[in-house]
Amino acid sequence: MNIKITRLGRVSSSTKQVGKYVRLVVTDPDLCVGCMSCMFACARRFPEGGLGRTAIYVRSVGGVERGFTVVVCRACKDPPCAKVCPTKALIPRSGGGVILNPNLCIGCGNCREACPFNAVQWDVYANKPVICVHCGYCVDFCPYGVLALEEVA
Amino acid sequence: MVDPIKDELIYRVLYIDLSRKTFWVRSRPDLFNKFLGGTGVATQLLKEELRPDVDPLSPDNVVVLAIGLLTGLYPTASKVVAMFKSPLTGNLGESHAGGRAAIAIRMAGYGAIVIKGASEIPVYLSIHEGKVEFKDASALWGVRSSLTIGKVLREREPWPGLRTIMRIGRAGERLVRYASVVLETYRHFGRLGLGAVWGSKKLKAVVIGGKRSVPVADVSEYRKVYKEIFDEITKSPVMQKYHDLGTPHNVMPLNVMGALPTRNLTSGKFEDAEKLSGESFAEYSLARRVACAHCPVACIHIAVIRERYPHEKYFYTTRYIGYDYEPIYALGTMLGVSDRDGLLRLIEEVDVAGLDAMSTGVALAWTTEAFKRGLITEKETLVKPEWGDWKTYIEMVRYIVKQPNEFYATLALGTEEAARKYGGLEFALTYGKNEMPGYHTGPGAHLGYLVGLRHSHLDNAGYSIDQKYIGKQYPPPEKLVDEIIEEEAWRQVLTSLVLCLFARGAYKPATVVKALTPLGLKLSEEDLRRVGFEIYKEKLKLKLALGYKLDELKLPKRIFEIPTPNGLITEEYMIKALEYYRNKVSEMLK
Repeated sequence: MNIKITRLGRVSSSTKQVGKYVRLVVTDPDLCVGCMSCMFACARRFPEGGLGRTAIYVRSVGGVERGFTVVVCRACKDPPCAKVCPTKALIPRSGGGVILNPNLCIGCGNCREACPFNAVQWDVYANKPVICVHCGYCVDFCPYGVLALEEVA
Repeated sequence: MVDPIKDELIYRVLYIDLSRKTFWVRSRPDLFNKFLGGTGVATQLLKEELRPDVDPLSPDNVVVLAIGLLTGLYPTASKVVAMFKSPLTGNLGESHAGGRAAIAIRMAGYGAIVIKGASEIPVYLSIHEGKVEFKDASALWGVRSSLTIGKVLREREPWPGLRTIMRIGRAGERLVRYASVVLETYRHFGRLGLGAVWGSKKLKAVVIGGKRSVPVADVSEYRKVYKEIFDEITKSPVMQKYHDLGTPHNVMPLNVMGALPTRNLTSGKFEDAEKLSGESFAEYSLARRVACAHCPVACIHIAVIRERYPHEKYFYTTRYIGYDYEPIYALGTMLGVSDRDGLLRLIEEVDVAGLDAMSTGVALAWTTEAFKRGLITEKETLVKPEWGDWKTYIEMVRYIVKQPNEFYATLALGTEEAARKYGGLEFALTYGKNEMPGYHTGPGAHLGYLVGLRHSHLDNAGYSIDQKYIGKQYPPPEKLVDEIIEEEAWRQVLTSLVLCLFARGAYKPATVVKALTPLGLKLSEEDLRRVGFEIYKEKLKLKLALGYKLDELKLPKRIFEIPTPNGLITEEYMIKALEYYRNKVSEMLK
């Protein structure tokens, strides 16, 4: 896989060229201060406040003094979460990761178990996964450059 | 009336009775719609629940924790207000803390939590998914370090990343009247002895966690206003100083102007201030900066110390210690400590014990001066306190917790109590029995501590009024008092919403109006100011009901002896100011 780091920060429609895909990347978790602004940004897409539905998750690695870990879908080319979905609600997305069809999803939670990064977050109200769509909205709200969008070749 | 706020869960007040091990929830839209949350709502809940004459360390004392309408919705709405009867002052106790607690309480589905009664055995509370679990904390009671309690509960409790772990240390268990509650290790309900109240209730810790959506009325407007405020906070030069050096940014400017209280305020300048400056800490000690939940500023600065074990070759311990301006003042300059690593170890010990750094520093500074003047001897202090000797101060911190003799048992009641017993009241730096914050900038600072309803420098920022007038004509007492009351009344709005006061520059009245609108609350700037005054008055009334006596307000003599950047403070000026303040108050409460 040939990935070019572009650090676009934001992908405007003009940079989204035909045939090019982007994915969200965690550039360096050591830059993370744990402010959760990315998580709140993701929730605003739904659109709402709070943290009920957010596809990105930040937690300390065992005491904030040791830093944080930023957990988000890494856009697998061959996503294990899609493989274990019994209803084909999760379909591999061109460029990596998956797309959720909520109408097909029965909330079995297999996808959550299958992801080795624990990157499948859960919407407890709907009882369905919250899937990162790699839109990059959170990138705009990370003042520390922890997050970026990069092109997937 | 239709409730304007779409998120009904903010109205929920969780009541916990530690005596009966029960809990219940009541919806209080009346309180939140009128008083916004935080300080405003906590004042009302305390008025409802607390009998004014109770002993602060009896089961009858009540603890309120409250968040506000903006919590979980806007950046820097990251604080929780705690209100209780203070065992240090015997009057109203109000303390604010950051960390993860504010977000955790909103995500758990509450706007406020009221804790009543006392348990027979040590317990900790685990609050999540609509339940309160009372868990046996007998094994946690007596553990030497408050940091260990955090480590243990981190493993045992759910919601990592989305929870708060508040706990007390040994100081709280042993009822030191200025014991703190430690949150997420580096934040505190520091002031006025909340830790001792928890200790008296046998409440070792409270863990709260959860995750939920917060609906708003006008989504597109909400997103727009959010972005504006976020940009203002992350790009404004006002926040830059908190972001870069953190609060220790203040050390050098205050020292240059001669407002840095040194050696029990025998001077306003510390010759070694540079060693303790924000710049020095950043260069030599800073390990990591972290943020409170939902605050992009990240003002929390954590230092690292690497220490070799004396008897073991190639064995080191690496430890992390949070530092801020106030601990640097109270445990550093006030004690003449200039060794940066020594100061960090002293701060660490205070955290381990779960004490308020400011009160502890001032108590130790008073002790040192009293010792040097012969008011007390080694019979009382057990060690020889000496300015700068941080190793001895660490021992003394342990004695305050352990209270091996009458002297330390008295010092654990507060600096003023100790000075009343052993003498030296004129250099005991307390205001309404609360120990002094780190600004000797002029009349505004000291008057602010005295009449501020929390006796905190953040009540009304008298220190900042002072700095405005350096080198200029200082205002007459009446004008100073007016400015202080005006500012304190406005700050009631901010601490009710509950915003971090460091972000006050980003949340001007017009911005607050804008932030509330998408939530469904249409208030004008005028309305907000009125609410601020209303809360100020309500709090004042509560304070008076708890025995606050305006004609007994006294300033320590010491502050009149040491010049400030605005010259020597005169007693005459302060007497006039207090007289005017008393008249204002009686007028206001008419």
